[in-house]
Amino acid sequence: MSSPSVSTTGSINGKLRLATVWLAGCSGCHMSFLDLDEWLIELADCMDMVFSPVASDSKEYPQDVDLCLVEGGVANSDNLALILQVRARTRLLVSFGDCALSANVPGMRNMLGGAEPVLRRGYLELADDSGVMPHAPGIVPELLPQVLPLHEVVPVDFYLPGCPPSAARIRAFLEPLLRGEAPLMEGAEMIRFG
Amino acid sequence: MEPTPTPPAGARRTILIDPVTRIEGHAKITIHLGENGAVEGARFHVTEYRGFERFCEGRPFTEMAAITARICGICPVSHLLAAAKTGDRILSVTIPPTAVKLRRLLNLAQIIQSHALSFFHLSSPDFLLGWDSDPAKRNIFGLIAADPELARGGIRLRQFGQELIERLGGRKIHAAWAVPGGVRSPLDPADREAIQARLSEAFATTNAALDRFKGLLDGPLAVEAATFGCFPSLFMGLVGADGRWEHYDGDLRLIDAVGAVLAEALPQQQISEVLAEAVEPWTYLKFPYYRPLGPEAGSYRVGPLARLNVCTRIGTERADAELLELRQRGGRVVTSSFYYHLARLIEILAALEAIEALLDDPEICTRHVRAHAGVNTFEAVGVSEAPRGTLFHHYRVDANGLIEAVNLIIATGQNNRAMNLTITQIARTYIQPGQSEIAEGLLNRVEAGIRCFDPCLSCSTHAAGQMPLHVQLLGPGGELLSERWRD
Repeated sequence: MSSPSVSTTGSINGKLRLATVWLAGCSGCHMSFLDLDEWLIELADCMDMVFSPVASDSKEYPQDVDLCLVEGGVANSDNLALILQVRARTRLLVSFGDCALSANVPGMRNMLGGAEPVLRRGYLELADDSGVMPHAPGIVPELLPQVLPLHEVVPVDFYLPGCPPSAARIRAFLEPLLRGEAPLMEGAEMIRFG
Repeated sequence: MEPTPTPPAGARRTILIDPVTRIEGHAKITIHLGENGAVEGARFHVTEYRGFERFCEGRPFTEMAAITARICGICPVSHLLAAAKTGDRILSVTIPPTAVKLRRLLNLAQIIQSHALSFFHLSSPDFLLGWDSDPAKRNIFGLIAADPELARGGIRLRQFGQELIERLGGRKIHAAWAVPGGVRSPLDPADREAIQARLSEAFATTNAALDRFKGLLDGPLAVEAATFGCFPSLFMGLVGADGRWEHYDGDLRLIDAVGAVLAEALPQQQISEVLAEAVEPWTYLKFPYYRPLGPEAGSYRVGPLARLNVCTRIGTERADAELLELRQRGGRVVTSSFYYHLARLIEILAALEAIEALLDDPEICTRHVRAHAGVNTFEAVGVSEAPRGTLFHHYRVDANGLIEAVNLIIATGQNNRAMNLTITQIARTYIQPGQSEIAEGLLNRVEAGIRCFDPCLSCSTHAAGQMPLHVQLLGPGGELLSERWRD
């Protein structure tokens, strides 16, 4: 992989514009990000969190984001629309955790012949006998036939594996980027799955 | 922010909040206004579904703890425990006493980290920075800037819970440590001491947060306490001996809104005969209900407030004093959903006292922590109290222990109807007929109605989606009259 550097040209105060996004995952990667604990207080000095489900009330993914950590695979039409928008508005996109890298556990439904069998089991067979399936176009997104890893949908700049990546690994990844350097992604400490 | 365009007289409108933020998972809210501009109702739409109940079929039951932990990164411990308890029954074993105590310790640690996340990281920016404060700063980083001491305390309290989980299970998230028959490894005495050394700080942070929040309830938050999901309902949760507060084992109790016990010791192994799940087309989240009473009268609330409502007392000194004060404020059965926040802080205190006692237990470092057996029962249900409420795992296996059928009844789903009622009540309180402008802070209050319940939507439906916030004005025929985006 080449060594991209981080520019902060989108920023008005010289701080890195950071975002986090979750798609089809369990939020465990975001929890591991919060496990940075008191380092978050130091991180707050050198970045602005411009979009994040757990740490921002922004409703629209903004322009000119320097770095985005994307948790989860692409499982439904909302995920797909968002990841395309994220890619278009982000300099460095990080495939964050095993679900983003491989579809992982949500991808276990990929061998079952599309979305229909999993929906039938959940809503028709394991529910009372109303025979209703969730369907509300524009509100409730349709499941895609397969859960896709990010790199099958958009180009990815960095891969940060783990289920979830430990806080120590996330910090070792972010620290060089904050200095404008590429992190060294090698060895069991940085690129092991699970 | 620009004012919302005034709709033509007589137009029906739908307000869409998308995504709901500072919650765990993917959701939208719609608020439906009638022709006179009055709120007709509001709906909470969960937009994710992953299908665990189907793709776990065929897996060995011993894998269920590790797989179902991936339902949720906030409360993986809940699924570990429910899966392990279901597994205990499939093995038909009584697990070693120390294993029970260690599992309890694990669940208490999770209650602390999950409740600390909900209170400090996700919800306190509303109380401490203000409902109407700058949305760009109304978050944990804004809190770090505005009140660094409180933010650091909250971060460290969550860390206390996460660290205890790591010391028991080897990692903070998805530690596959609870297994059918017990736990994988005993507690090291050095780890016990390390946790004991941090207890006094954790107590101090919790007490300070309790004092701060109760002060707000007596003052600026009195209005929210009266209007955020204040309605009678049933409540369900586990209770221990003598009806005490319980989180891991015990009997399942259902009470009504005045505290009468409707059902004591509900049969957990026949749970599908007791609980049913309704489906609505506008959300992936199902609506569990108490079968004998039907979908509406039989809907109930679970979670921290429900546990404090169903129990007679907690059983530890400091938490019982807080429980008494809660009941003085809100009544014997507290029906305002806003008190879920206070209930969370009280449960943190209860969990700290229980951890303190367990760590002093002479058996806690005993090394016999796992019973071994083969498949002896083909169908079983495991129940535990997750931070958000009662969690059920129900498996059927074949003679080789391969899963033939799975049903999961998740804590958050059981609060589904209550969440819908809560946002409707808030919208009716704050949106008046004829109001032409919808302030951002108002929409934030509606979202905060959801935050009271600290829903875990990864858990409750087992997938994902986010779009910008978007207010649409629709004509009587559903045609788009105008729209506005919020960033």
